[in-house]
Amino acid sequence: MSAPAPKVDADALFRYVLRLGDLSLVLGQRLGEWVGHSPALEEDLGLANIALDLIGQARLLLSYAGEIEGRGRDEDKLAYLREQGAYFNAILAEQPNGDFGQTIVRQVLIDAFQLELYERMAASRDERLAAIAAKSVKEVRYHLRYSGDWLVRLGDGTAESHMRVQSALDLLWPYTVELFAADDLDTLMAESGIGPDLSEVHSAWSARVDAILNEATLKRPADRPHAWHGKRGQHSEHLGYILAEMQHLQRSYPDARW
Amino acid sequence: MEDKHQWPLYEVFVRARGGLDHKHVGSLHASDARMAIDHARDLYTRRQEGVSIWVVPSNAIVASDPADTDSLFEPARDKIYRHPTFYEIPDEVKTL
Repeated sequence: MSAPAPKVDADALFRYVLRLGDLSLVLGQRLGEWVGHSPALEEDLGLANIALDLIGQARLLLSYAGEIEGRGRDEDKLAYLREQGAYFNAILAEQPNGDFGQTIVRQVLIDAFQLELYERMAASRDERLAAIAAKSVKEVRYHLRYSGDWLVRLGDGTAESHMRVQSALDLLWPYTVELFAADDLDTLMAESGIGPDLSEVHSAWSARVDAILNEATLKRPADRPHAWHGKRGQHSEHLGYILAEMQHLQRSYPDARW
Repeated sequence: MEDKHQWPLYEVFVRARGGLDHKHVGSLHASDARMAIDHARDLYTRRQEGVSIWVVPSNAIVASDPADTDSLFEPARDKIYRHPTFYEIPDEVKTL
């Protein structure tokens, strides 16, 4: 940083850390829906392992967010007692699983994003975020190996599997724009050396995803202007159902433990 | 399920830590060798069981015939002098 870093207040950092944590939490919860329903027992475990990695990341990030906020909310309170409008994940994470191919497409798009994000965030000026990123990047590298390999198998597989993942890609692609659309908060974090520059993340992501799509013989859809603001708490109709299921127990039996 | 819809079977061997041998831990289904490694990682090393994985297509393994058990293994039974039980093992040797 050549210019003096702008001052970051606790509320901004709190919201930023929730953005990161909520992306992992919501995606992890979505993947968890596959448990018991995967096409093969082996994939059941594979998807569940990824889901658990993501929940683990969310725990670290939400715990940190709670400490920043300083109002006594821990990871559980933040995960289980926040309303939809206080969730700041990008909308892509909450999109339905669809068939296995659609889940894989969503996974590739987010895995590649998290990989590029965490690789850079490992050098964050915020030591806690740097440590979480350094730990998470190892997990995410495997996630992308898993999802990327699957996308190649399906895209370069049978006519039917190709058709299915291509239409999943066409369906989900528009949501990727939100991942890289930097708002004031993203810009503030980048300028203060806490978060990466999202345009850098975007071009690295783009190259990585292109390589996978190319091998999978899939066609990259065109970017379209977006109207998604999940990062500011405006969500699609899907998040409410996810939270209803995820939060049901804590809301019905407050402070229940097991 | 019909055979063409079932992925081939692989046998999985895991090395628990450096210096030890790979040990057979089980089997799994996978469409190709790389997927077999991924599945093995997810199924058999999720509790830190290993640092290295081998996968082998099950149909590449040649097994002895149970009907041959008598002729293959029985003759060794009365040759106990082949066992190293006559040696005293020093206490410091842990993994013999």
